[in-house]
Amino acid sequence: MTVKLIVKKLSKLFNDPKGEGLKRLQRGESKEHIFRETGVVVGVNDVSFEVQEGEIFVIMGLSGSGKSTLVRMLNGLIPPTSGEIWIDKDDIASCGKARLREVRRRKITMVFQHFALFPHKTVGENVAYGLKVKGAGKEERRATAINALAKVGLQDHADSLPSQLSGGMQQRVGLARGLATDPEILLMDEPFGALDPLIRREMQDELVALQKELKKTIIFITHDLNEALLLGDRIAIMKDGSFVQVGTAQDIVSEPADDYVRAFVADIDRSRVYTASDILQEASQVPYTGTAADVLKVMDENEIDTLHVVQKGKAIGFVTRYDALSVDPETPVRKLMQAEPPSVTEDVYLNELFSAAQSGVPVAVTDEKGRLLGVIAPESIFEHLIPDEEPAEDDTDGTGSPNGDEPEKAPETAVLADAGETEKEEGRA
Amino acid sequence: MFSPHDLVTIPFDDWMNTFVRGFLVPYFRPFFRALQVPVTEVLNTLDAFLAWVPMLVVTAVFAFMAWRIVSRNMALLAILGFAFVDMIGLWPETMTTLSMIITSVLFCTVIGIPTGILVARNDLAWKIVRPILDVMQTVPSFVYLVPIVMLFGVGMTPGIIATIIFALPPIIRMTNLGIRNVRADLIEAAEAFGSTSWQMLWEVQIPLAMRTIMAGLNQTLMLALSMVVIAALIGAGGLGLVVNTGLGRLNVGQAMSGGVGIVILAIVLDRITQGLAEPRTGGSSLREALLSFLKGQNTEAANSATAGTAAPQDKAA
Repeated sequence: MTVKLIVKKLSKLFNDPKGEGLKRLQRGESKEHIFRETGVVVGVNDVSFEVQEGEIFVIMGLSGSGKSTLVRMLNGLIPPTSGEIWIDKDDIASCGKARLREVRRRKITMVFQHFALFPHKTVGENVAYGLKVKGAGKEERRATAINALAKVGLQDHADSLPSQLSGGMQQRVGLARGLATDPEILLMDEPFGALDPLIRREMQDELVALQKELKKTIIFITHDLNEALLLGDRIAIMKDGSFVQVGTAQDIVSEPADDYVRAFVADIDRSRVYTASDILQEASQVPYTGTAADVLKVMDENEIDTLHVVQKGKAIGFVTRYDALSVDPETPVRKLMQAEPPSVTEDVYLNELFSAAQSGVPVAVTDEKGRLLGVIAPESIFEHLIPDEEPAEDDTDGTGSPNGDEPEKAPETAVLADAGETEKEEGRA
Repeated sequence: MFSPHDLVTIPFDDWMNTFVRGFLVPYFRPFFRALQVPVTEVLNTLDAFLAWVPMLVVTAVFAFMAWRIVSRNMALLAILGFAFVDMIGLWPETMTTLSMIITSVLFCTVIGIPTGILVARNDLAWKIVRPILDVMQTVPSFVYLVPIVMLFGVGMTPGIIATIIFALPPIIRMTNLGIRNVRADLIEAAEAFGSTSWQMLWEVQIPLAMRTIMAGLNQTLMLALSMVVIAALIGAGGLGLVVNTGLGRLNVGQAMSGGVGIVILAIVLDRITQGLAEPRTGGSSLREALLSFLKGQNTEAANSATAGTAAPQDKAA
């Protein structure tokens, strides 16, 4: 993978004509201190990152954290105070107006929080706007617009006015407009922030599906950590104009960099963060050609009660201890196994695992080609839904828990863990 | 009692006399004379044209515009009004006034809209233009009639130039307002897709400011109409002259006739230009408007949006 966007030491200070604030910032004075003494507002403070081609890079932060300022610097809507922004061979921060316009026309587009559709243009004309400013002909514009609208399922609305569409549909148009010029980078500034929760979920899923096909480099801004975790290949958590932590969803949830991130992570929906591949355990298996005696031997060695039967790397069935004991030891496995074990692919999130796990049998995890990668015991799903052991470690360190919620959660954790234990023991008996 | 007057007296009137008579008139009169050439040309052409077109044709054209842009009732009113003006024998004067008004509004538009666009996009320009507009709107029009006569002479054209000065501010202000009020995120969007400054103006700012600009045009038109009588004082003809003559001879009836003619012209022009500024609201009568409102606002809003935006779009395309 190649790096598509490089941001180096980017800062933006508002209301700083003399550069006094920048000097103080470089000396390491705090944002509040600078504002109090000089009236200079630090929007973005020394942010550096790289985005890979085809990656969704989510910048997550609360309002006032500087995320909107940051994303507007990436396409030059706000000129940075210092730093560099490299897209291929162009530095957005220092290239001239004409060059910047070229980059905007060919390489980078934007989707806005409040859609920002032109109310006097039809949906089709809105989508084709980027082509029009480039000077594309009428037929080409129309064809491209219909094409882009088809990607978001709105090809029949090309001649409507934006005001005739619902909020969700309007943002689809916004997305289609961003995609119409086939840019390499798509900036999305809280694109689903103005939509109601149901539509937002729908749009998130749709973006994921679309991204699988388009593989654009996307910089996605949000204030919703669940959204960030769902969409982001990597996530940057922003506070007071700086990045606090950059990492994958699993990194951020399992190893929050500081109390600020930990407070965020405390009440997110973990079942949407971890995938089957994150929690799978090595599968104990017997070959297709084995016998009941082999099954019992493997079970005893591993202290388990269920085994998957594997043929050419694929799990074709499973055997329980009860099944194996109730037949003659020489019975071949294929006679006593139960076919079609519950199975999921490795990229499935935990919240989609519940139905597969409800039979109580370990769930087989397979790759795209159906090869068995491992298994997930139903109880281990619950273990991963509980906030990590970190609160427990904090407790041993002392009482100074950074998050007021945690003491309340501790008993709950214990109960769930107990339940898991008893289940296991019962199973073994 | 002491007053500053005891210390210093400023001969402001003498200064102004010297400035206008001793400086502007001798040195710049040819310049101002040249300025009025285009105005005279447009006015004469228009005046001759309106005098040549039969009364019935003019009425039909105005009735048609009123019907298409406003409502059937307005068309009827226009026909009745124009017929009344013709019957009281003031048709030629009304046409002269109409050509004066169209000329001054035309020049106001040609000067005002570009100026409005300029000051909307340049804060420094707005800082300079704004006090000038304030002065133009507060100085009584009689004050600048005298220097206008000195520089331009008497007649129709000086009357129109006075009218232009008087009626220009609203269209500049409203154009400025309309363009400045275009939503910031739309400007950002246009910029983010790589628009040039001109593309931004033609594709986004002007179409979205069009309604406000049309409201400014309507204001300018109304001010131009109200200047008709005053302009007649320096030799402009038309209905204003009728009113002035009536006043001078204490002929109440004549003054009144001229006044009625102006009012009728004002109503017809006002409604038509207001109709241009506001999108149509479906039904032409109050009853129909209410019915469509009750039936469903959405479809109607959509219709009106289509009607309201079709025109600017065509221009932009």
